[in-house]
Amino acid sequence: MDLAYTPEEEEFRARLREWLAKALPTLPPKPSPRDWPGRRAYDLGWQRMLYDAGYAHVHWDASPTTRLIFLEETENAGAPYVGAGFVGLLHAGPTIAAEGTAEQRERWLPPILRGEEVWCQGFSEPDAGSDLAALRTRARRDGDDYVVTGSKIWTSHAEVADWCELLVRTDAAAPKHRGITWLALPMSAAGVEVRPLRTLAGSTEFAEVFLDEVRVPVANRVGEENDGWRVTMVTLSFERGTAFVGEVVACRRVLRSVAAAARDNGCWDDPSVRRRLGRLNAEFRALWRLTQWNVSEAEASGGVPGVGGSVFKLRYSHVRQELYDVAADVLGAESLDLERDWVLDRLSSLSYTIAAGTSQIQRNIVAERILGLPKGR
Amino acid sequence: MRFQLTDDQLALQDGVRGLLSRRFDGEALRAAVDSPGLDRGLWRALGAAGFFSLRVPEADGGVGLGLPEAVLAFEEAGRALLPGPLVATHLAAGVVDGAAEGEVVVADVDPGGFVEWLEEADVVRGEAAGAVALTSVDPLTPLHRVPGARARAVDPVAVLLTAAEQLGTATRACELAVQHARTREQFGQPIGAFQAVKHLCAGMLVRAETARAAVYAAAVTADPVDIAAARLLADEAAERGARDCLQVHGGMGFTWECEVQLLLKRAWVRARRGGGGAESEESLAVDLLA
Repeated sequence: MDLAYTPEEEEFRARLREWLAKALPTLPPKPSPRDWPGRRAYDLGWQRMLYDAGYAHVHWDASPTTRLIFLEETENAGAPYVGAGFVGLLHAGPTIAAEGTAEQRERWLPPILRGEEVWCQGFSEPDAGSDLAALRTRARRDGDDYVVTGSKIWTSHAEVADWCELLVRTDAAAPKHRGITWLALPMSAAGVEVRPLRTLAGSTEFAEVFLDEVRVPVANRVGEENDGWRVTMVTLSFERGTAFVGEVVACRRVLRSVAAAARDNGCWDDPSVRRRLGRLNAEFRALWRLTQWNVSEAEASGGVPGVGGSVFKLRYSHVRQELYDVAADVLGAESLDLERDWVLDRLSSLSYTIAAGTSQIQRNIVAERILGLPKGR
Repeated sequence: MRFQLTDDQLALQDGVRGLLSRRFDGEALRAAVDSPGLDRGLWRALGAAGFFSLRVPEADGGVGLGLPEAVLAFEEAGRALLPGPLVATHLAAGVVDGAAEGEVVVADVDPGGFVEWLEEADVVRGEAAGAVALTSVDPLTPLHRVPGARARAVDPVAVLLTAAEQLGTATRACELAVQHARTREQFGQPIGAFQAVKHLCAGMLVRAETARAAVYAAAVTADPVDIAAARLLADEAAERGARDCLQVHGGMGFTWECEVQLLLKRAWVRARRGGGGAESEESLAVDLLA
């Protein structure tokens, strides 16, 4: 067991830190959370800067440890998070890289890396959320096209996306996990309608997407027809692996500023507040160590994160909510002011125990796949 | 960074687990409850295996390993629910003659104001005058209360080794609960098929694995703040793990015969060491302002 980095890794860290110190002051002002086109331009602009500096590939072909360092350093420096690039860089990109043909990789991957195209995720449906494989959006073959009809929901970034990683049912007669196909849908195609959904935080993070006889070329299919479930599992294992590294670093920074605010406004003198803050420090330290453990394990297993990500996600999503609850207690009456950062973050944190598999689903995964308990009838 | 057990560490873990399964299995555990007292033969066997001298330099006749290895050994002791003043004797190795070999049993006066195994100890470190016997909640840990014990600094290594024991107990609780949930049938199926039971077990694993990352990392860094974090998470994993394990066992879990009570009671005793977790929480809070 060791926590030391190699000289090469330390050199990578030092060079990155140096570059961040020069690059970050040149960033334009951050757009308002409500200004989607502005946020798209901002996030893609940052991705372009990373590309020009040679860091765009880090999410894909660097070692898990190098990626960990990248996320740690960028977050510590206060750099923008992937934002609108999230699905392209962390879901669709890795999936196309692993399962796509040479032509598909050539068509879709460079624009993601250069910050030119935004992807969204068309997985969930009104009647297929946690039970993803119950999805009903249909696709029938017509010549060189699939003709797609149905609807998706909770589609993050749909408003500003160029492409959608879309799961469709291509064989209604097959068992539900077997008749699914993965398609790249151009959001500009005829018959695609996007209706933004307003979250409880007041923003439009995600949308409903309605698909009416939309024609998608068969050439846009990644993987075999009806093999989309397996292709999707590749994507989800990335999501549950190291996708939250930057966020844990961010939470540790927020916790420090909550403690400083408590000291400044006198809350610190209340031992119960102090002890809750101390306990959260223990939690986020442990989550950081768990991340390092999972990354080391992924490195040993050839880079693909395993089911241990569920353990991390379960703990993290609840502790993140506790962090902002403590922050609200430290803020006192100010915690009722929506203009306060921590207040919006508190609202956003409510999605963490639901998105990417609810805590209840994650507990089933842990119980059945790690502990080997029997499936319920 | 390779934050995984090395082959040598895996071999050590295997070795200690093997020794304990031969010398202190579930049957021996129950026998120990019926006739309390320290098994001196087992104590010497632990000494011969290097359990106490693990961190004593080779030049001084020890094994010459470090904190990570000690943590792995203490985790196994916690998993087997091995009784005795293990931490106190380990810390005395190289300082008190005979401790390293397991010839001498050493007890420590805890800063929290109690002593474990006072009457069985050959050497007591700290001021134990006027100690009064308690009816110990844990049938396998005799306790004395020391009136007016002076508050003194807690040794971070003692805290970490206790956390490692708690981690082992948390793991054991999860294993027992899962084993029971897979075999015990109600309403025509194993109770582990019910989500309510599944979610209890998943919670136990999540707490144990989070604690494991914290305990192992603290063993590598030996940083007092990391150790404080490890302690809080390991105490929680052991106490709540044992409680949930009892719940999974149903009425059977509430009986004297069931092993689960021993897990919970030992976890309670260990959680009181060093004055409880409040000091750890305070030091972790102060660290946030550093």
